[in-house]
Amino acid sequence: MPEPSPRSLFDKLWDAHVVMPESDATPAVIYIDLHLVHEVTSPQGFDLLRGKCIGVRRPDRTLATIDHSTPTLPAGEDGQRPYITEQAKRQVQTLRENCREFDIELHDWDSPSRGIVHVMGPELGASQPGMTIVCGDSHTSTHGAFGALAFGIGTTEVGHVLAKQCLLQNKPKSMRVNVEGRLAGNVTAKDLALNIINYLGMNGGTGFVIEYAGEAVRSLDMESRMTLCNLTIEAGARAGMIAPDQTTVEYLRGRAKAPQGEAFDRAAGKWLQLASDPDAGFDSEITLDGSAMRPAITYGTDPGMSVAIGEPVPQAGNASQQKALHYMDFTEGQSLAERQVDVVFIGSCTNGRISDLRAAANVLRGRQVADHVRMLVVPGSENIRKQAETEGLHKTIIEAGAEWRLPGCSMCIAMNGDMVPPGKTAVSTSNRNFEGRQGAGSRTLLASPETAAASAVLGRVGGVADLDATQEVA
Amino acid sequence: MQPFTSLTGQVLVLEQENIDTDQIIPARFLTATDFDGIGEHVFADWRFNANGEPIDGHVLNQPRARQCPILVAGHNFGCGSSREHAPHALLGFGFRVVISSQIADIFRNNSQTVGLLPVVLEAGQHARLLQMDGEDITVDLEQCEVAVKTADGNTDSWSFNIEPFARHCLLHGLDKFDFLNQAEELISAYEENR
Ligand code: SF4
Repeated sequence: MPEPSPRSLFDKLWDAHVVMPESDATPAVIYIDLHLVHEVTSPQGFDLLRGKCIGVRRPDRTLATIDHSTPTLPAGEDGQRPYITEQAKRQVQTLRENCREFDIELHDWDSPSRGIVHVMGPELGASQPGMTIVCGDSHTSTHGAFGALAFGIGTTEVGHVLAKQCLLQNKPKSMRVNVEGRLAGNVTAKDLALNIINYLGMNGGTGFVIEYAGEAVRSLDMESRMTLCNLTIEAGARAGMIAPDQTTVEYLRGRAKAPQGEAFDRAAGKWLQLASDPDAGFDSEITLDGSAMRPAITYGTDPGMSVAIGEPVPQAGNASQQKALHYMDFTEGQSLAERQVDVVFIGSCTNGRISDLRAAANVLRGRQVADHVRMLVVPGSENIRKQAETEGLHKTIIEAGAEWRLPGCSMCIAMNGDMVPPGKTAVSTSNRNFEGRQGAGSRTLLASPETAAASAVLGRVGGVADLDATQEVA
Repeated sequence: MQPFTSLTGQVLVLEQENIDTDQIIPARFLTATDFDGIGEHVFADWRFNANGEPIDGHVLNQPRARQCPILVAGHNFGCGSSREHAPHALLGFGFRVVISSQIADIFRNNSQTVGLLPVVLEAGQHARLLQMDGEDITVDLEQCEVAVKTADGNTDSWSFNIEPFARHCLLHGLDKFDFLNQAEELISAYEENR
């Protein structure tokens, strides 16, 4: 018998979900194991069902939450939540009605597990190795941290998956990004991701699915892996993934929607088989030295425009980069440390998990946010909020002068009223520094929670290394 | 979806690279539960000032802008968020084709689904188009060709690639869902055999 040809993690995931193979004239039909739904990109998908008089094929494989349009301030005395507009409120209500009509599990205000869609799925153990996972949201790549094929889709496709639990797809190309060596102690997953995107460019991954490998990746914990895979889309690749290992298995053990007891051990055995075969081929492969990476921060209007903290603004290579510097009000060669910071945002599906809040609180402990800085800390889910409050992190955060909010996307996308005013500079732990992303005219610098918290204390752009004892309050 | 076969019309150039979907349609316009009227908000933060007044002289505010069916944009158009609102907003404004030297995956897919034709050309061809603001060109999906007039009165034809299935659906205005629906037996069999 001929040896079966070696396959990558991606090949294995793809092969296992082909319902109908690709032909010269038609794409493959791919089965979807888990469909995550939120209020913004689903209403027209549900309308598609109604228009065709069909139901949701697999409500049991569909999981919904409210996160984007939701206020992060509590209900007022009248019991009303402070939605930014009636339309935002109606959008949430529409999802509520759709979930009721089609019998979909929705994590609404009253759910102890409600959270940002890409935080909630993993936390519940719904996102598992070997799965195909989609959501009408580009940061669905987050779930690839579990060794799943996870990617964002459009609203029409949301309708397709609701109706058929399947998608039409041409198989993308594959890329392996090896990060060898160990990251230095002060280099976080966010820094790693910013370094990779800086290397690939914001379109370097277009057309590819990326598998992250190498010692620096293997040694990341699950929350860090999620941060890394989350940012894959910022290099243009739809999906990023990491082979499941013991770290993955231990994270999932005991989670509500993961298999339980013996079934879990059986599943774990299968998960560990998913890793790329030693001789698997990739359409592209790059290797980076993780030990040489340093904490990073962006200075431009795409996530690829970053520098190591302490380095000056680089020269603009073309007109688009010049435009970006102009928008950000930076000049070539300028020291980033000169820039006053007006807003600091800690949160989002990139860096709104408990380890991120701990990291930020560690920097803030015994220190004060500079007077002119508004700092918002927004946990990624209700579970994270509770955990943080149990640990007293919220106290540290509030005592330092920051605002402690309810879970949601908040300032990451600025749909709910949490936003950066025009012309102001924000250091944010989110994922996009596009023009106006955090509010029309806002200027965003992306960084890790540690760097963001340090910048809040400094009142200007800087890293943890720039803090000294004088900032500590006795 | 409106079928797309061939079209001759005026080019509107937005030279900037990496135009992301947050630029095409800012997030604050995403709270609606349908796509009606979304074309009015396309590139809202480029076209309007903080008071909502049109910014004089912006290329998208010229009277001709809404008569241009062909948008030629800088490299890597449509990156960022997966919002289908982006192609809907471009269609609503009046564009039927977007041409660049690279178009982001999800945006390209969404565009094909909703009837906006994404065309990727080679860098040299793209560079020439960037200089052709206001000129008429032809985009022919049956031939998979873009035809431009040259200075000496001849025509240059450049072929482009598109997935056969997306082309087929666009040419005939077909809903991709119908194809998916035909796979019903296979889907049921897959579910049973797992
Ligand atoms: S936190 Fe930001 S990136 Fe993540 S799902 Fe919400 S809006 Fe999208």
